[in-house]
Amino acid sequence: MQDSHQFKDHQREAKIFRSRILVMAGFMLLLASTLLYRYYDLQIVNYEEYATQSDRNRVHVQPVPPTRGLIFDRNGELLADNKASFTLSVVSADTTELNNTIELLKTLIEISPSDLGKFYKAQKQRRHKLDPVPLRYRLTEDEIAKLAVNQHLLEGVEVNAELVRNYPYADMFAHVIGYTGRISERDVNAFTAEQIQRYAGTHAIGKSGIEASYEDVLLGEVGSQNVETNARGRVMRILDRIDSRQGSDLRLHLDSRLQETAVAAMRGRRGAVVAIDVKTGGVLAAVSYPGFDPNLFVTGISYRDYKNLNEDIDTPLFNRFLQAQYPPGSTVKPALGMAGLDSGFTDVHRAISDRGVFTLPGSSRLWRDWSLAKTGGGHGRVDLKVAISQSCDTYFWDLGNRMGIDKISEYGHYFGMGILTGIDIPHERKGIWPSREWKRAARREAWYPGDTVNISIGQGNMLATPMQLAVMTSTIANRGTRFRPQFIQRIGDKVQEPIIEEVFDTKPEYWDAVIGGMEEVMHGARGTARKASDRAEYRMAGKSGTAQVVAIAQNAKYNSAMLKERHRDHALFVAFAPVEAPQIAVAVMLENAEGGSSQAAPVARAMMDAHILGYYLAADEFVPPVGFHHAAIIKRANNYIAERKAVRLAKEAGDAAKAAASSSAAATTGSGAGNE
Amino acid sequence: MSKQDFLRRMPEAASAFSRRARLAERLHIDFFLLLLLMLLTVIGLTVLYSASGHHLPSVEKQAGFFMVAYITMFIVAQIPVEFMRRMAPFAYTGGVLLLVAVTVFGEISMGAQRWLQIGSFRFQPSEVMKLAMPITIAAYLSRGFMPPRFMQVMVVLGLIGLPTALIIEQPDLGTSILVATSGLMVLFFSGLLWRYIMVAVVLFSASLWPIWHFMLHDYQRQRVLTMLDPTQDPLGTGWNIIQSKTAIGSGGLSGKGWMEGTQSRLDFLPEGHTDFIIAVMSEEFGLLGVILLLTIYTMVIVRGLMIAVNSQNSFGRLLAAAVSSTFFVYVFVNMGMVSGMLPVVGVPLPLISQGGTAIVALFAGFGLLMAISTEKKRVMTPQA
Repeated sequence: MQDSHQFKDHQREAKIFRSRILVMAGFMLLLASTLLYRYYDLQIVNYEEYATQSDRNRVHVQPVPPTRGLIFDRNGELLADNKASFTLSVVSADTTELNNTIELLKTLIEISPSDLGKFYKAQKQRRHKLDPVPLRYRLTEDEIAKLAVNQHLLEGVEVNAELVRNYPYADMFAHVIGYTGRISERDVNAFTAEQIQRYAGTHAIGKSGIEASYEDVLLGEVGSQNVETNARGRVMRILDRIDSRQGSDLRLHLDSRLQETAVAAMRGRRGAVVAIDVKTGGVLAAVSYPGFDPNLFVTGISYRDYKNLNEDIDTPLFNRFLQAQYPPGSTVKPALGMAGLDSGFTDVHRAISDRGVFTLPGSSRLWRDWSLAKTGGGHGRVDLKVAISQSCDTYFWDLGNRMGIDKISEYGHYFGMGILTGIDIPHERKGIWPSREWKRAARREAWYPGDTVNISIGQGNMLATPMQLAVMTSTIANRGTRFRPQFIQRIGDKVQEPIIEEVFDTKPEYWDAVIGGMEEVMHGARGTARKASDRAEYRMAGKSGTAQVVAIAQNAKYNSAMLKERHRDHALFVAFAPVEAPQIAVAVMLENAEGGSSQAAPVARAMMDAHILGYYLAADEFVPPVGFHHAAIIKRANNYIAERKAVRLAKEAGDAAKAAASSSAAATTGSGAGNE
Repeated sequence: MSKQDFLRRMPEAASAFSRRARLAERLHIDFFLLLLLMLLTVIGLTVLYSASGHHLPSVEKQAGFFMVAYITMFIVAQIPVEFMRRMAPFAYTGGVLLLVAVTVFGEISMGAQRWLQIGSFRFQPSEVMKLAMPITIAAYLSRGFMPPRFMQVMVVLGLIGLPTALIIEQPDLGTSILVATSGLMVLFFSGLLWRYIMVAVVLFSASLWPIWHFMLHDYQRQRVLTMLDPTQDPLGTGWNIIQSKTAIGSGGLSGKGWMEGTQSRLDFLPEGHTDFIIAVMSEEFGLLGVILLLTIYTMVIVRGLMIAVNSQNSFGRLLAAAVSSTFFVYVFVNMGMVSGMLPVVGVPLPLISQGGTAIVALFAGFGLLMAISTEKKRVMTPQA
């Protein structure tokens, strides 16, 4: 009975179980269909969307930065090139991970707090979460090796070779070439949309000098590449690529040997030298001493280095040839004389009798000529030529006073004074060529006749930069044609034509007189700079000057001896040569060196010797006395030897002729005797 | 009267009907099931090679696990079903003790305490429970009448609840769901009255609110929210789902090709070699690959259910049905969560995802199926 009960139960259980299996199977079928539909929906219905999303995930467009154009001097010497520098960058989306990585990196290589500061700042500015942010520049080979060994521990750390600017001449061209620096936040904010695109992938931008003014052509054209990146932004492979185009190379008028000669001839004194190619306006040399090493700025200068440069009493960051404005002193006398001739207030032969003092009518104020202190008298009978060659102040006081300020102010621009010269590097200053309007605007004062007297010898309110003095000199050398001074000679293959800014059209005999006066400065018996023309192999023209120093603000940091030295006058000298067919015009300014003729003129002579005769000086070479360049000595010695040889040869030839004459006579007799 | 009915009444006559047992029965191997499993093994290793980033050692390691798993399966298959039934209380007690041990001594890995280290051998006791649970419930229910009465149901719920709670505490939501499901499956197949089921469904729906607020961890709640709207936090918790959906969707009909899946190769897809491996497979082999895989899984499940139906004792029936349908739950939960249909709970794709203990446990389950399927067809001794 029990068995049968069990038996019946078992049947029923099996039946229930089978029905449950069916229910479950149906349920599972339903769920499986849902699943299948889900995958169908994702993979077929929405395929396009997800395929696009997948590509967007992995494919990124990366800019390919162009290589910056190189800068050469006129002889093909490299002034700025690109050097591989190894930069450590970190990619990180996660802060804690990032901090761990940095801690680890600190144990491997040196990371300064300022590196970290810059890193965190750059990290905030990055455009994308996975952009690599530079942490350390200029890794040494040793550091690269250490990083390579520990690579497996350093997730998201990249070492990239990057081309950075390199200036092989270091501080010699700092104020001309300038430097590139990291693109700053301020730069980016000033960018146009088009510029943002052009600078994609580029980290450096020209900040000053040639680098800044020719930024557009040096930069080149950005390329692009499609890369496949992984989820952490690391590039796995390059899919396709449009190459970037290298920036154009620049060739400058600069002659690095001449630049070096200028630095050598300055013998470590502060100042500026500018040399201009008279026939084109090309700048052959432009020195502002002391300079600084532009390489420091390329990957970001350290705070300490910058502080040192900025607080240096010699102001190495200050561009003296372009931005320092000094009273031009007597160097403007030729230009003023020209103005007097052209305006008819004097002529080539007009002479005054100079007793060494000048007074304005109705005034008791005395202006003393420099000769009064030296010789106790004046220059005697003085015409324009003499006035220039002996730098007679009285002649120009008289001339200026008669011309009046309004006439004088009309002539400045012919010589590039009081206006921008248009030089192709930024931040030029234009000096002051005074006028009534200028004084009223700048000083809120009327113009006094005494002011005219002062500016007649380039003092007082008149100011000029060394670059302007060089332009003035080359304009005189060119007899009125003023070129725009330019560094650039060629952009890529395109030759840059000289640009004539203005032509001062006046009578040739006026130029003869003024240039004659300047020639006398160098070669005349009483020329102020006659010592600078010692053993000259060509004729030169020049003019010295003295710029009075405006009192320096008292500062406890400068000791009194130093202050005294810094209150001395600046020595100025302008010159060009050769007189018959001028090639080079030079302006020299030596701070606190006092004597224009004694200190500045030899520097100008060295420049002209170098350019015309090839007597270059190396930067740290001993500077020989004027006319005693070793090449000149050898040349003279060779000439002497050749001369002596010629004399000897001539003598020998004479002797031989004599001997031959006598021996032939003897032979004739001899043979005659033999024949007999 | 059929031969079977006759034999039930006269067990002693069995020898009279004895025939030469088939090879399968002697070896206790279900060859069809074995074939399906081997297919899955091959597919699994192939996909893993690509998903692991062409990392041969991890494929070799996985192959090693498979070796262990197959051996385990063969061993389990040799155990007489009756013996399993007897051993059920010990298996259950042992499993619970291990779970307690893991909460005390367990190793913490990835924020959860799941692992137990014995010598150099490391395993997850929760995996043991995946098998011990259906065996226990099946053993318990098969002793009494079916459908089970209210008291029995309560006992069963208690038996299910204890280990499930322990596993939730680890915390491992995915495994706890699977363990509980495997027990509940037995209850369902035992003929649990529909009205109980209805009441349970109503109770469960009503308790969702308190569960959400008091029982789930923050990260679990976040997973559910992420599933509902992954774009809410695309770089955080939504990242996995967005990337896995992208991987699946970009596979299209026929896929990008083996080892060509960019989402996994370029590390966009997290956990591509473990829980999210179906995304890799979908990306590389497309919908066709998914259909193939689903077909094989279906065949495995159908085979399991057939074994259940053909089993002659209620213990075997219940166990085989529960193991097969739990296997389905595995597949459904994994493929559902990776495709963004279900919240992300840590359930691997059976036989494809990388993992040691999980695979061995699965194969032990198949061993049970084989043992049941190759059981000697003999007369049941009623309530032995």
